[in-house]
Amino acid sequence: MTSMRGRTALAMAAGAAAELAGLGLIGSAAWLITRAAEQPPLAALSVAIVGVRAFATSKGVLRYGERLAGHDVALRAQATTRKRLYRALIPAGPLNHRGADLLSRMVDDTDAAQDLLVRCLLPAVAALVTGVAAVVLGLFLQPSAALALLAGLLVAGVVIPAGTATAARRWSARIAPARAELAAGAADLVHGSADLAAYGAGGRALAACAEADARLAALERRQARSNAVATALGMLTQGLTVLAVVWIAAGSGTSRVATAVLALTSLVSFEPVLPMAAAAERLTGVLAALRRLKEVRATPSAVTEPARPVPVPEGPPTVEIDDLVIRHGHGRPAALDGVSLTLTPGRRVALVGPSGAGKSTLLSAMMRLVEPESGTIRLNGVELGELSSDDARRVMTGLTQDPYVFRASLRDNLRLAGPDADQEELAEAVRRARLDRWAERTGWDTVLGEDGRTVSGGQLQRLALARALLNAPPVLLLDEPAESLDEATADALMADLLDATRGHTTLLVTHRLRGLEGVDEIVVLENGSVVQRGTHEELVGVPGYYSDLWRSEALTAGR
Amino acid sequence: MHKDLLRLARGERAVRRHLALCLAAAVLAGLLVLVQAEVLAGVLSGRFATSALVVLALVVGARALLGLVQGVAAGSTSTGVKSALRHRLLSRLRELGPARLATHRSGELVTLAGRGLDALDPYLSGYLPAVAVAAVVPIAVLVRLFAADLASAVIVLVTLPLIPLFGALVGMRTKEVTERQWRALSQLGGHFLDVVRGLPTLRAFGRARHQAEVIGRVAEAHREATMRTLRVAFLSSLVLELAASLSLALVAVPVGLRLLSGSLELPAALLVLLLAPEAYLPLRNMGNKFHAAMEGVTAADEAFAVLEGRAESLATDAVTKGAPETEDAPGNGAGTGNGAGTGNLAGTGGTTARPATGSPVPDRTNANSTDEDRRTGEAGQARAPGGAPEIRLENVTVRYPGREEAALDDVSLVISPGERVALVGESGAGKSTLLHLLLGFVTPDSGRILIDGAEFTGDDSWRERLAFVPQRPHLFAVSVADNIRLGSPAATIEEVQRAARAAHADEFVPALPEGYETVLGERGANLSAGQRQRVALARAFCRPSADLLLLDEPTARLDGRSEAAIVAATRELSEGRTAVIVAHRPAMIDLADRVIRIAEGRVVSAELIGESR
Repeated sequence: MTSMRGRTALAMAAGAAAELAGLGLIGSAAWLITRAAEQPPLAALSVAIVGVRAFATSKGVLRYGERLAGHDVALRAQATTRKRLYRALIPAGPLNHRGADLLSRMVDDTDAAQDLLVRCLLPAVAALVTGVAAVVLGLFLQPSAALALLAGLLVAGVVIPAGTATAARRWSARIAPARAELAAGAADLVHGSADLAAYGAGGRALAACAEADARLAALERRQARSNAVATALGMLTQGLTVLAVVWIAAGSGTSRVATAVLALTSLVSFEPVLPMAAAAERLTGVLAALRRLKEVRATPSAVTEPARPVPVPEGPPTVEIDDLVIRHGHGRPAALDGVSLTLTPGRRVALVGPSGAGKSTLLSAMMRLVEPESGTIRLNGVELGELSSDDARRVMTGLTQDPYVFRASLRDNLRLAGPDADQEELAEAVRRARLDRWAERTGWDTVLGEDGRTVSGGQLQRLALARALLNAPPVLLLDEPAESLDEATADALMADLLDATRGHTTLLVTHRLRGLEGVDEIVVLENGSVVQRGTHEELVGVPGYYSDLWRSEALTAGR
Repeated sequence: MHKDLLRLARGERAVRRHLALCLAAAVLAGLLVLVQAEVLAGVLSGRFATSALVVLALVVGARALLGLVQGVAAGSTSTGVKSALRHRLLSRLRELGPARLATHRSGELVTLAGRGLDALDPYLSGYLPAVAVAAVVPIAVLVRLFAADLASAVIVLVTLPLIPLFGALVGMRTKEVTERQWRALSQLGGHFLDVVRGLPTLRAFGRARHQAEVIGRVAEAHREATMRTLRVAFLSSLVLELAASLSLALVAVPVGLRLLSGSLELPAALLVLLLAPEAYLPLRNMGNKFHAAMEGVTAADEAFAVLEGRAESLATDAVTKGAPETEDAPGNGAGTGNGAGTGNLAGTGGTTARPATGSPVPDRTNANSTDEDRRTGEAGQARAPGGAPEIRLENVTVRYPGREEAALDDVSLVISPGERVALVGESGAGKSTLLHLLLGFVTPDSGRILIDGAEFTGDDSWRERLAFVPQRPHLFAVSVADNIRLGSPAATIEEVQRAARAAHADEFVPALPEGYETVLGERGANLSAGQRQRVALARAFCRPSADLLLLDEPTARLDGRSEAAIVAATRELSEGRTAVIVAHRPAMIDLADRVIRIAEGRVVSAELIGESR
């Protein structure tokens, strides 16, 4: 931290020095010229000549140094912000449900830390130092003129920025909803294009977009106008201040040399001060971003970690779920409403049911991602909540919903599930997930993900499955392993999977029934409750969701 | 300067006027600096009386006023350009239609039309005026300097071109380095977002904490790489800065010495001192605004690529590139209708094994021998009023760009008026394509479609006869009532409620906070899948004029209760209408008069219900 402070101070010093050099350059040049006009001996000018040359050279170099030091500090600050944000996100929280857009905005917000330094703090320090220096110089030359300069600088550096900050707050409060409205309209036009076209409503939707755009444009024009007023006021302040300084100096009989120095330094002293208006505008955005980040960091995690976690119980895992009730938020209907289930070592249970029945919620609870409202999950007799959630996930994990491909090599994308796995183990997992041919074609070191090689839905699913198989946790959880695969591949994959997991404690969530003849128990969930349970043979003959789904699967597949 | 953008700006009268005003004000304000320097130098040197300060005040006032005008006009210019461009983009998106939109990365298009275009602001309102000023003011300053003091003017004249020259030299040297590094940089910078997005996956495998260290390491690498780039990139601004300040020194020192020798007057000397920096300033301003402006140029390029259809070919390329990987169905392409990835159509299965010259359409032999027969006889299905259309497909083939296999291959089919047809088959078989064909979203590559014997148009007037319930209906962020009256905006609230009742949507709509006036969240987020489906069905009911009903798996992924409600509603809705229903579930299939099975783009069987079991 001290080095951080030191670096910040260095950047500030360099920035201030660059501005001072600018001030010194114009001051000494003005002095040199007006004094030379009085035709003194050459020696009297030599200091000024040296000054002019020195200031001229140092200004650029100092500015260069300031920009480098400033960006260095800013990047360090950003890294710190990101690390802190990430640490806060590690425990599972409601943030998991945030959309991709919100996530990227949150990441963008961490840029605010950078902007705070480079675009607000450093320029402000430079402006302050320059202003003070110009006023102090003025006090020596002509005190009343210096006071006029002080007043002008205060208007340009404090009053106008305060105004732009207020305006920015007001405008962003009005522009943000208008922008959101337009974005929603555009999204409707794209995502709802089939509905709109089918009902001949495309023209109306386009007109609604145009209206939203017109409203936004009107607001933006007014914002531009208020910014233009601030700019104009700044220019006016600068001009009138110089005018006042010259007028006061002339009225008080100040020497020509002093007047010229005063006038030109006053003029130049505004250069770092005028951008304060824009910096203040940016500052309101930066502060809002930092506030949002603070809120994210303050969000409590979804599950409470035990104060003193117990070690993972020894032996083959038995999971007993008893009367589990889970609700996503107060007043919402129960996602799981009294579900009981037992997984003994080596036993394989399939969980089927319509979407929204609570299948994935049950898996989340087993992975300690949500806190049950009531009921228990026990692992070899130990309440799951007494384990640290990392330990719980070491025992029960696997293929989760919405698996993610990192922008990394195929190898690294797999290895995150088995950091110590050797190439042979990787290849074995890939083979069992029926990804071997693709892996061969793609190459183990090809970068996947965004900007990298695109991964189709089916390949992603199999990559996730390979991860789960590589990880081989004591209790394997598989959430829709055949999702987004075509029928033939899905059949083959399920067959392989059921073969590979034989004798391995497994909980399989699926909406495809083919192949379930081989599992020990099938549990049908509907609306958060178990409505049917038994083996395939037991269920297929009984009227109900299972036989209905079996019949429909048979019909569509033409069996 | 961006050609397309400029053409657009010129085409819009208001924009043209605002841009001209903005540039004129900027240039005029720049020129007034000359007057300001003149007066100030005059007063400071004692050539003018102090009363000349009044003129200075006027000049300052005029500059501020011009600054105001420039800012306001710049605002109008950029909002005008953005609005025009946005309107064209959105119209273009509409033109592309559902089938082709599905091949674009739609999220990016939405972003481009919204926030993306804001990148134009710095270009239009900052960079363009700076260019205009840089083109005029330095020359005017030079002219004045030549009149005031030849020697100084020569120094400025010689050093001034050094700025663009050095800028270009440094730029050329650094361009290659920086471009190579920016790419690496953006990847490093993207790492954090990547990790945050994948956090649930990391958590599942106990790698989340480990990544915290990786983030630190990557951030450090990112910083070092960025600083390496910046050290070079900032060189160009160092050159600009040095050239400007050293030139001032180059001018000031000789001027001082010549004053000393008496070969130069003070007024001219002061004027030179005041004016010389103004020759460099516009160039520096332009340089400073260059980078932000280039982002705007990129945004404009993207927008024009979409407008001119270049983006489309890109999207097609992507599809082609992905094509070899046909092991899988193409991603999750839900409801896009181009799930055409299943194999080739060489084999003809089932009943279509008959030669194409004969009728491959089983219903003509199985069910009804002629259309006339159908209209009058046969069960309850002939109660079609005059409106319900007969649909005839003759050897229709549909191909999607970039795919070798046809989505529909030589399909011939007759759907008689008032008939309820269930389309079954695996995903990707071509069921949705058939629906999209009837919707006019895709056009046949060969073959033809006849509606009541007349050539199919597939335009808006045809769609007025349709009611369509997609697999995943899109609900708009307007009230429930407005969502229901999407297809008939003039419908009264009573008609809306009647439609909702018929679609079994009245079971939950009145319970919403504001009933039918409840505004739905983004993409109808606050309704369940079953409820959304019922609102979409109500849409169909709210179009009493429709005589053809197209339903795309309306009960997929629904629970039993919702399904029963939708099936019941669909049964009512299809009364007296021709209905084509893509169906998976038995309850929905039971509803149909005839089941047509599609596999690999071909009709493999078509049987009357009852024969199948």
